[in-house]
Amino acid sequence: MAQRTLIKFTEAGLYCPQADVFIDPWKPKASYWSVITHAHADHARTGSGYYLAHHESGPILRHRLGADINLETIAYNQPVYHHGVKISLHPAGHILGSAQVRLEYQGEVWVISGDYKLENDQISTAFEAVPCHAFVTESTFALPVYKWKDQQELYRNMNAWWAINKSEGKNSIIFGYSLGKAQRIISQLDPGIGTIYVHGAIDNINALYREAGVALPPTKSATTEYEKNTTGNIIVAPPSALGTWINKFRPFETAIASGWMRIRGIRRRRAVDQGFILSDHADWPGLLQAIHATGAERVFVTHGYSYIFSRYLRELGLQAQPVETQFEGELDEIKENANNQD
Amino acid sequence: MKDFAELILQLDQTNKTNEKIKHLAAYFAVASDQDKVWAIALFSHRRPKRPVNTTVLKTWAAEVANQPLWLIDECRTLVGDLAETISLVLPSPSQKGEKSLSEWLDVVIGLHKLSDAEKKQAVIQAWDSLNQAERFVFNKFFTGGWRLGVSQKTMINALAQVVDIEKAKIAHCLMGDWNPKKITFDELMQDAGTEVLPSKPYPFFLSYAVDVPEQEPLVADGFLAEWKWDGIRSQIIKREDALYIWSRGEELISKKFPELGSLLEVLPNGTVIDGEVLPYKEGQILPFGKLQTRLGRKNVTKKILEEAPVIVKAYDLLEYKHADIRQYPIEERKKLLLQVVAEAATENLQFSEVVPIASWEALDVLRKTSRDYAAEGFMLKKKGSPYLDGRKKGYWYKWKVEPFSIDAVLTYAMRGSGRRANLYTDYTFSVWNAARELITLTKAYSGLDDEEIRQVDNFVRRNTLNRFGPVREVKPQLVFELAFEALQPSSRHKSGIALRFPRVKRWRHDKKAEEANTLEDVQELLKAYQPSV
Repeated sequence: MAQRTLIKFTEAGLYCPQADVFIDPWKPKASYWSVITHAHADHARTGSGYYLAHHESGPILRHRLGADINLETIAYNQPVYHHGVKISLHPAGHILGSAQVRLEYQGEVWVISGDYKLENDQISTAFEAVPCHAFVTESTFALPVYKWKDQQELYRNMNAWWAINKSEGKNSIIFGYSLGKAQRIISQLDPGIGTIYVHGAIDNINALYREAGVALPPTKSATTEYEKNTTGNIIVAPPSALGTWINKFRPFETAIASGWMRIRGIRRRRAVDQGFILSDHADWPGLLQAIHATGAERVFVTHGYSYIFSRYLRELGLQAQPVETQFEGELDEIKENANNQD
Repeated sequence: MKDFAELILQLDQTNKTNEKIKHLAAYFAVASDQDKVWAIALFSHRRPKRPVNTTVLKTWAAEVANQPLWLIDECRTLVGDLAETISLVLPSPSQKGEKSLSEWLDVVIGLHKLSDAEKKQAVIQAWDSLNQAERFVFNKFFTGGWRLGVSQKTMINALAQVVDIEKAKIAHCLMGDWNPKKITFDELMQDAGTEVLPSKPYPFFLSYAVDVPEQEPLVADGFLAEWKWDGIRSQIIKREDALYIWSRGEELISKKFPELGSLLEVLPNGTVIDGEVLPYKEGQILPFGKLQTRLGRKNVTKKILEEAPVIVKAYDLLEYKHADIRQYPIEERKKLLLQVVAEAATENLQFSEVVPIASWEALDVLRKTSRDYAAEGFMLKKKGSPYLDGRKKGYWYKWKVEPFSIDAVLTYAMRGSGRRANLYTDYTFSVWNAARELITLTKAYSGLDDEEIRQVDNFVRRNTLNRFGPVREVKPQLVFELAFEALQPSSRHKSGIALRFPRVKRWRHDKKAEEANTLEDVQELLKAYQPSV
């Protein structure tokens, strides 16, 4: 049987010709009907005439792309039909409202996973493997050196680090993505240790998370509510704030929470005092487990170590190929890795 | 081992020297004596001889991790360090290990006696009882190179906090070829004399670079000048009827220079000279390149001895008639040195003359002609100064001649390692030949700041023309000014020219690729600089 192609990889992004639908297009136009996997900037861009996303993605998309976007939101596993193609969203476990997009047409099923992780972070709905013929996977951490440790242990270490810094009369500054990572960190901080301050970009997203019913400990604005010359606090900030912005919190210790922190050279280059290995992307065993669970014969490997991972999957007997996209994975947390295509 | 692995992690997570000293001192304060000795040995590059080569180690790791070898290689390229890569890809340990640092080193040394199969079994067993941080340390016993930024000075400062010995003496104690397996901590800390080891060198006294002496400000009256000879800085020791030649990198190089063996006959026992090993023929000092070709060779052949024989230019005298005279003023030491050289009466040992300083301007005129004398510039040494150890402000300065420079085009890039792993930081540069084709001239690293490195990295990723394994050919577009110390003809380089110590000086944003220098320009430099020998 000839293989069907439900998705084409075009200049503007992933495109389903049968449905005339784009998934996370990076050069959107007003004529586009776009399905958005999640609200990170490299996946959700301004310009599409119509957006479809998960309910929990809705408020964040409106916050980031504009209140007036033409957006429809649906639940997980709630199909919509477009030109005869059945389209549904399934939990990706990446951030609040993140989804895999399932497309089905005449018995052929394709799944575009966007960004995903397998461990349950207790905030986003946990990842569910969706059986399919063809699977489009990210490969941000697709090397066997990337293996995440138990997250509970990591959270304990994070709080212990904060407590030690406090006992030494210092503030703690921890850097992570403002959308997703920051909330995951904050949700696990122990407010019994001290006050949690957050950067403005994170404050905005926190409000949206809280409205969606995510329980976060009390936080204060690092911009407007920080009490000068106090120590023992923890400040949560996006990686872009690593610069002069942090000076007012002196004396302090710094840390980055990112999957990249698994590698010594990368950790050292970022010149922070600590690295916590915490990622919202699947690690090597996670990627393999996910791909295996879909039962897919064809795998398209996007952003990350796409060349290496495809080769590995081919050696496992899968039809796998790298695909160039403009998705970036966890790159903001370590800027210089931009477009890490190998 | 756990405490040592923890120390490595702590050293790794700070760039501040004071923090490093704090962590090291805390370790030395609690570690057992034998662990201390080994830690000192490891930080001063005294790794035990490796019982297994790194390729074999990698193969075993691939097998245990159940990964193809090519994937391990890819990981290595991205991680930038094999020891670390292996530590990361192995499955979690199934046993708990309680061995100390020195016990693990005993295991490693013990491997030499085992068969290949037994070695493999022992290494795999070790991996299975160590956590990731400990495995990294264990693997480093085989692969070497910590890149932790722990200098000898840092370590000495830390040791000085836990033992009641002055720093200069500790520095001396740590020199030479002591064996960490045989020496105790107390013996190591006491052996600043020659009772135990007649081969023991003194710590080298080093200098700071200076660009414009009057700006420092240095007073011309207060300094002695001598040529900064361009060879291998060495210490020549004659004690107990044996001759030892140490390089500044604390390598015993006596065997590499058999022609200096004759010094054994002419120097009295109890003599230590600080000097420069220089290639020298028919009354003339040869360019450093002649010596460099010799260093790479395993065996010293007759041909080499004929083409590039060496001599010692003696700068200083550290030990005279069995007495440590480093505290004598330099003028005094120079006077005694002159006497030692005169009594030796051999062409193999020559006195490095003091060059009079009329004024900085006058010396500068002479400095600009350094290359005519096969020198790198001048050493400026404070009058009346003792011979100290390491670098000390206010005593010795090097005033080097300007490096050569040339504008070249970036044509290939490779990922760096260590701190620069995962970034394209190892560059290859080209210049234009007569047919207006780009010809590879040299590789060069560093010289760019982190932000520029990121920009070039980004350019490389977006302008790749071809991939050759880890190497990327890039669009010839970016121009950089390269600085280098010397150049010489070479049959091994495509351009026919080898550069010495090339580095990126600055990014020429103002130049297009077409405006870069030509091979002919470089050949002109070579011609002008080739000495008339």
